[in-house]
Amino acid sequence: MDNTLSHEQHAQIQAHIQAHQHVPGGLMPLLHAIQDDIGYVPETVYPEIAKALALSVAEVHGVVSFYHHFRSHPIGKHVLQVCRAESCQSMGSAKLEAELKAKLGVDYHQTTADGNLTLLPVYCLGNCGCSPAVMLDDEVYGRMSADKVTALISEVCHG
Amino acid sequence: MVKVYVPIDSTALSLGAERTAKKIVQEAQARGVEITLVRNGSRGLFWLEPLVEVETAQGRVAFGPVQPSDVAGLFNAEFTNALADKAKAHPLYLGLTDELAWLKKQQRLTFARVGITDPLSLEDYLAHDGYQGLKNALAMSGADIVKAVTDSGLRGRGGAAFPTGIKWNTVLNAPAEQKYVVCNADEGDSGTYSDRMIMEDDPFVLIEGMTIAGIAVGATQGYIYLRSEYPHALKTLNEAIRKANLAGYLGENIQGSGHTFHLEVRRAAGAYVCGEETSLLESLEGKRGLVRFKPPLPAIEGLFGKPTIVNNVISLATVPIILDKGAQYYADYGMGRSRGTLPIQLAGNLKQTGLVELAFGATLRELLYDYGGGAASGRPIRAVQVGGPLGAYLPESQFDTPLDYEAFTKIWAVLGHGGIVAFDDTVDMAKMARYAFEFCAVESCGKCTPCRIGSTRGVEVMDKIVLGKNHPQNVQLLRDLSDTMLNGSLCALGGMTPYPVLSALNHFPEDFGLSNKEAAA
Ligand SMILES: NC(=O)c1ccc[n+]([C@@H]2O[C@H](COP(=O)([O-])OP(=O)(O)OC[C@H]3O[C@@H](n4cnc5c(N)ncnc54)[C@H](O)[C@@H]3O)[C@@H](O)[C@H]2O)c1
Ligand SMILES: Cc1cc2nc3c(=O)[nH]c(=O)nc-3n(C[C@H](O)[C@H](O)[C@H](O)COP(=O)(O)O)c2cc1C
Ligand code: SF4
Ligand code: FES
Ligand code: FES
Repeated sequence: MDNTLSHEQHAQIQAHIQAHQHVPGGLMPLLHAIQDDIGYVPETVYPEIAKALALSVAEVHGVVSFYHHFRSHPIGKHVLQVCRAESCQSMGSAKLEAELKAKLGVDYHQTTADGNLTLLPVYCLGNCGCSPAVMLDDEVYGRMSADKVTALISEVCHG
Repeated sequence: MVKVYVPIDSTALSLGAERTAKKIVQEAQARGVEITLVRNGSRGLFWLEPLVEVETAQGRVAFGPVQPSDVAGLFNAEFTNALADKAKAHPLYLGLTDELAWLKKQQRLTFARVGITDPLSLEDYLAHDGYQGLKNALAMSGADIVKAVTDSGLRGRGGAAFPTGIKWNTVLNAPAEQKYVVCNADEGDSGTYSDRMIMEDDPFVLIEGMTIAGIAVGATQGYIYLRSEYPHALKTLNEAIRKANLAGYLGENIQGSGHTFHLEVRRAAGAYVCGEETSLLESLEGKRGLVRFKPPLPAIEGLFGKPTIVNNVISLATVPIILDKGAQYYADYGMGRSRGTLPIQLAGNLKQTGLVELAFGATLRELLYDYGGGAASGRPIRAVQVGGPLGAYLPESQFDTPLDYEAFTKIWAVLGHGGIVAFDDTVDMAKMARYAFEFCAVESCGKCTPCRIGSTRGVEVMDKIVLGKNHPQNVQLLRDLSDTMLNGSLCALGGMTPYPVLSALNHFPEDFGLSNKEAAA
């Protein structure tokens, strides 16, 4: 297996594979479970997943790569998703995203140099009544400005 | 002990409701004021969130928006004694919640309990007419339940507006050992959040609706396919399902009826196209979300090839009140062939955003100005997109269109899932047209060429138009491309992207560097 993974992570992945092996349509919940724990779905475990679920490795790869949510590489400790959809655009999200990229020194799908934060685009957070909206890890925030987001980041990610 | 309500809905949380709630508890303890804190859903007046309510003999009194820094002042004003003059004098005092103009004029059927109850209290749910629909359904035949849904006139609230009862009837009459009920909770449309509110703020109504659906057509397994962007809804649904199982409202032998219905939440993974029902089914089966050819319809060959009801959250959450109050009660609301009510979601550049449930027939103008209060920026509203990213942009001259499926079709627009996104006069409609193609390119499942290639070509053509290159030729190219996508796409992602594009071009040609005459040519 992957030597960048710890023993504990190996064990977690094994347990998830076993738990989902016989679940109808179990691949999606399995990938979620792995990514929730490890932060991504390591390519090195595709063969094991494939074997357990009677799929080909190509099929596992196909599913991971089809969905924006899944990733096969580790990312920052925290994730900031900035909404790019219409409602947020009507309230200045284009300016917000430009300012955030400049402040953080990263583009979408990149991680800050300290490995702390990954910036991702998202298409609607269901908070369109309070645009522009962002999501930091699992919490959504409304009526944001670049200053408010940077304050949030210091509070949540450095606090 | 006086009850104090602080919403736990995501939008309220996104504006700091959690900190407000904590601060209220702290301050109450410090001052020795005895309160019971209830975490309710949102009443849907987002410009007033966090909206704090206090129970009184005359009903609930509202204060808002309440930031943590306002809490000490509220206690100084003895706000928990909300009928006294001292509380009324507080600047955040809003009066009786039910008397607020925004709520008073609404016709809340699907959203009857939202904001009022504690979402995870089954006791609250039962005390507010919960599970009355199921009770009636358990005494009816499957065919009679389906007939009630058909007679109510309910049409799919996911956007396509197909009659729900007719869909159910197809599943009812499809012979099979195993059938499924799938709730489409992918809510990908920008400007929409009513599904989220139901799931976070009144989850039992969705569970009840799905249970009734299962019993009606003989399906024993249900899935809620929930978008991954909704972590709070996930927690709430799972907890509500656990409670419903414990109380015998899910699982085997439901309320001693002999009927079985199991329910499980499955998380999506951030693909907009997976809101399309066949792509959704592929995803539930653990595959890439490639759109399937129809026919066969999911009602005949759906999940794992079995007859499957696929319905939107709001469609399913509306079933309990129909079975409770009767088909006619629901059908008495509405206009033309759009029966009942629509939970409308006001979004974008508006002073007052939030949830407005009304019988079909109100005009866009009423929503934008009477409810919405005009643009948040104080500038004129120039364009409005209704029905999500695949919906048309409407100019001011169309604001008197009533919210009715057929009235929207007539002006080549889409009512869809009832989301309304307002833009002020700073919007650049050519940019919005470009964005529509860009979005389609990012989200295309790739199965058919008009969508996969057309969307990318669309972005390129828009770039040329914006730069002013070969105008007439490129506008013609834009129209041809749109035609190809409209007529040649397998699903509505490619097939409807021309709605925002062409409506922007036709109604706002000046943003494309064209005179009206050139645009029409
Ligand atoms: N809510 C959202 O977030 C969102 C996002 C994108 C698009 N949409 C909407 O989706 C719509 C397109 O959806 P669609 O492609 O599923 O539309 P559709 O017209 O193909 O189908 C509508 C529904 O009716 C069913 N149906 C049709 N004929 C039937 C029959 N004879 N018997 C039984 N069932 C039958 C279909 O299976 C489907 O469930 C668009 O109009 C758009 O407004 C909604
Ligand atoms: C690209 C695309 C995305 C869709 N997304 C959703 C969605 O997020 N939620 C939804 O209920 N319907 C969505 N639909 C419509 C579904 O295909 C289907 O019509 C609906 O779930 C049926 O339920 P209803 O009859 O209760 O509306 C989408 C359709 C398309 C083409
Ligand atoms: S129109 Fe687009 S999303 Fe729909 S099937 Fe074709 S390629 Fe897939
Ligand atoms: S994460 Fe959605 S575009 Fe990359
Ligand atoms: S469009 Fe940004 S939250 Fe919906």
